[in-house]
Amino acid sequence: MSKNNSYRILNTRLPRVDAIDKVTGKAIYTDDMSFPGMLHGAILHSPLAHAKILNIDTSRAERLPGVKAVVTYKEAGTRPYGVSPARYDETIFCHDKVRYTGDEIAAVAAVDKDTALEAVNLIKVDFEELPILLDGLHAMDEGQPQLHERYKNNICAKVNWHFGDIEQGRKDSHIIRTDHITSKMQDAAFLEPQSVVAEVDSHGNLTMWSSTQAPHYVQRTLAMALNMPLHKVRVIKPAVGGGFGPKASCSTVELATCLLALKTGKPVKTTFDREQVFLHSRARHQFFHTMTTGVKKDGTLSFLEHHCIMDGGAYSSFGIAAVYYAGSLLGGPYRLKNMKYDGYRVVTNKPACGAQRGHGAVIARATFEVQLDRIAEELGMDPIELRLKNVMEAGETTCNELYVSSFGMKEALEAVRDSAAWKKKRTLAGKTRGTGKGIGAACGFFVSGAGYPIYRSKTYHCTVVTKVDEVGGGVTVTSGAADIGQGSDTVLAMITAEELGLNLDDVKVVSGDSSLSVDLGAYSSRTTLMTGHACKDAARDIKRQILEVIGGKLNIPPEKLDLKDGKVVGINNDIDFSALREEYLQEHKGFTDLPDGPELTFREASRIAFLEIGSVVGTGSYRPPKLGGSFKGATVGTSPAFGCSAQVAEVSVDLETGEVTVDNITGAHDCGFAINRTQVEGQMQGSMMMGMGEALMEQIIYNDKGRIMNANLAEYKIPTSLDVPHLDAIIVESNEPHGPYGAKEVGEGAIMPVIPSILNAIYDATGVRIDELPVTPERIIEALKKKRENK
Amino acid sequence: MKKLVTLTVNGITHELAVEPRRTLLEVIREDLGLTGSKKGCGIGDCGACTMLVDGVATFSCLMLAIQADGCNVETVESLAENGKLNKLQRSFVDLGAIQCGYCTPGMLMTATELLRRNPHPSEKEIRRSLSGNLCRCTGYQKIVDAIKAVAGE
Ligand code: FES
Ligand code: FES
Repeated sequence: MSKNNSYRILNTRLPRVDAIDKVTGKAIYTDDMSFPGMLHGAILHSPLAHAKILNIDTSRAERLPGVKAVVTYKEAGTRPYGVSPARYDETIFCHDKVRYTGDEIAAVAAVDKDTALEAVNLIKVDFEELPILLDGLHAMDEGQPQLHERYKNNICAKVNWHFGDIEQGRKDSHIIRTDHITSKMQDAAFLEPQSVVAEVDSHGNLTMWSSTQAPHYVQRTLAMALNMPLHKVRVIKPAVGGGFGPKASCSTVELATCLLALKTGKPVKTTFDREQVFLHSRARHQFFHTMTTGVKKDGTLSFLEHHCIMDGGAYSSFGIAAVYYAGSLLGGPYRLKNMKYDGYRVVTNKPACGAQRGHGAVIARATFEVQLDRIAEELGMDPIELRLKNVMEAGETTCNELYVSSFGMKEALEAVRDSAAWKKKRTLAGKTRGTGKGIGAACGFFVSGAGYPIYRSKTYHCTVVTKVDEVGGGVTVTSGAADIGQGSDTVLAMITAEELGLNLDDVKVVSGDSSLSVDLGAYSSRTTLMTGHACKDAARDIKRQILEVIGGKLNIPPEKLDLKDGKVVGINNDIDFSALREEYLQEHKGFTDLPDGPELTFREASRIAFLEIGSVVGTGSYRPPKLGGSFKGATVGTSPAFGCSAQVAEVSVDLETGEVTVDNITGAHDCGFAINRTQVEGQMQGSMMMGMGEALMEQIIYNDKGRIMNANLAEYKIPTSLDVPHLDAIIVESNEPHGPYGAKEVGEGAIMPVIPSILNAIYDATGVRIDELPVTPERIIEALKKKRENK
Repeated sequence: MKKLVTLTVNGITHELAVEPRRTLLEVIREDLGLTGSKKGCGIGDCGACTMLVDGVATFSCLMLAIQADGCNVETVESLAENGKLNKLQRSFVDLGAIQCGYCTPGMLMTATELLRRNPHPSEKEIRRSLSGNLCRCTGYQKIVDAIKAVAGE
């Protein structure tokens, strides 16, 4: 589909605003920064998974020449912090005990990196080892080691929901199936390891540059944990090399580096090496899902009973939201009246898990979509037909009270079905099941921005302040939004340029700075919808002010005027604006590049507006309306809009070696309206690749002491250019009434159908179902062997 | 003990005293201030640090600066001429081959080497040459498209 509307900038394929800086090496990421006199930080991680700290001796480290500060809990204090205020269970450094291999104990600032690392090695910690808990599935059992006093039986959060009446659903069912899927902890594997630079000025103002996704939340956490007034803390996000979730929570490396800067009065930089990225994690949980689903004879879904245990590692982080999302987002995209969910998020002696693309919902979605395929098979129905029979439409509300205001689910499913020639291939494959070639489909459903902030507040979720250059001609958009590579700066620039009739080059975006505006950050796929709204309002505010001035001067009602193509439109031939032009020309004696055409330019109009009313500043603020039901936890899963997606995957499986080749992926995503078509496709293709890795190769491997055995990008395999096939991305636009210009999310929703479509294709190719992810060759061979033995 | 090395980087020859254990990547980023080349792993797994050393695409995190003594090194900063993007850069920009951009410098250098060697590579050859450069954002599709567009000319 291509653009068919009257927008000049929106819905096009204009290059990203930061593209040129990124192909010339000019884009500055945190680790590229340095300051005169800057010190280097290093962190001491726990070598043990669970142990009491008896004593920490930093004296030898402090004596090492070149060391400027050594900090432990004694300097940092033990104020608890975390992500969810109800679960503040971390402190800057461990004080009573360590809870995973990698837990942070101390930090050092020294004149160079080597000295800092050497000093870290000189810190002596006496431990008393404790029994360790690594088995998430049995973490709640009696007699297991306890990680936190407050989490009885190691349960840090549980959700028990019952919507509708599943007993009735059971009675109404013709087929009832129970299936399980287990996954492994995974890493987000963004290419840029976390990096932080912190500095304190002579007035005690702390500034931290960090590769973060959420400057606002991080600002709050720094202020709280370091015990400083909020206005004295500023967080700036330079270019960020991907985040995908884990960079949304405030991390020890941020807190420790700030503490070192406060202690030494010098700028300090700390950059993680790749192993530390794995140790810090905050990525995908391990999930143990069990689902029981019932359908009527005609394929109508009648109920879903869902039990889930999530292993979240040592601390809560974003895991509280994750355990809710794992349940709530199964409310769509199908009509499902009766749903029961029991979710438990447990703690174990492993790195803490948090948010990762699709948050808690990804493996739940995979489990459910695989189960739907198995049901379709039992019913003798085409799996896409079964889905089409059940999909919701715009205007419907899920059983857990999520209102779906736009919904191109059917269109997306039909688009992938037709584009991948499903019907033809499926009949063929149906006959050839188990011969090594397979095709599979799945759907997905995701929020377009979390309906509520993480801390309880009426706060606006984002504000945008746009200012007209006082010399006239251009505008500067300022926002706290975090472009982490997904392209939000470009979205803001495009919206502003569209509204003001400017070229993209005349719009500057300054963003990712907590001192510019409140913006909750790049998580829950919120920026285009939420910050997009605020940005649009700010631009319209400016436009109104400029047109009022010009209209006033020319005696034209401002509503008869507009800004387009760098000009004021609506001034026809009989209106004499020569006085305005004269005023502008008067000011620019000696300039040669001056307007002389038959229309008043934006340059002139914006300067004249300034001369008349002073600075022309437009503001926009956005917060969603009250959303969701009144049951406990009803806020998680709410959103002003929901994205949905469908995908068909085609695979070949070598039945001897178990090796899977993904031959083709065709995905369709309903993003409401594509502000930038190239970027929407890019988010979809990135999701396909990430989901493919999660389905087939990605897993953190622990030894029996809780140490990660593959904390590097060679042994933790992510897909390379050779693994990934051609990725076909189809944009569906359903025109979301609550989104700016009809736009809603794409960043995370697009990953939802990826894993299950591949799993369903593998079944088609092999005739065996694998219920443990990732589906490695070993697991396929094992399953094939079992199948042969059972024959 | 520091050692003297001569490095020609993007056409400029530098005499530098460096600690023997420091990598080419560190010296170029820290001593020469050319921060375009990135470190994603430091151990040869990701390709973000790829530079051309005497024309050969090299993981500069795995090469000591002293091993590059006398060599001609090209980094991403050398690609644009007189402030004008070259064809490959232009193609990356126009076709959306960039998201977070952290892999981009390495991708561009690997592709530069490929296109010099083989101006009209097939898609398979493009994918094979990029296989040491990880990208977590794009799914590689638009990167492959951008290189193909230049190769097809
Ligand atoms: S930094 Fe050199 S290969 Fe990763
Ligand atoms: S664009 Fe982010 S890693 Fe390639």
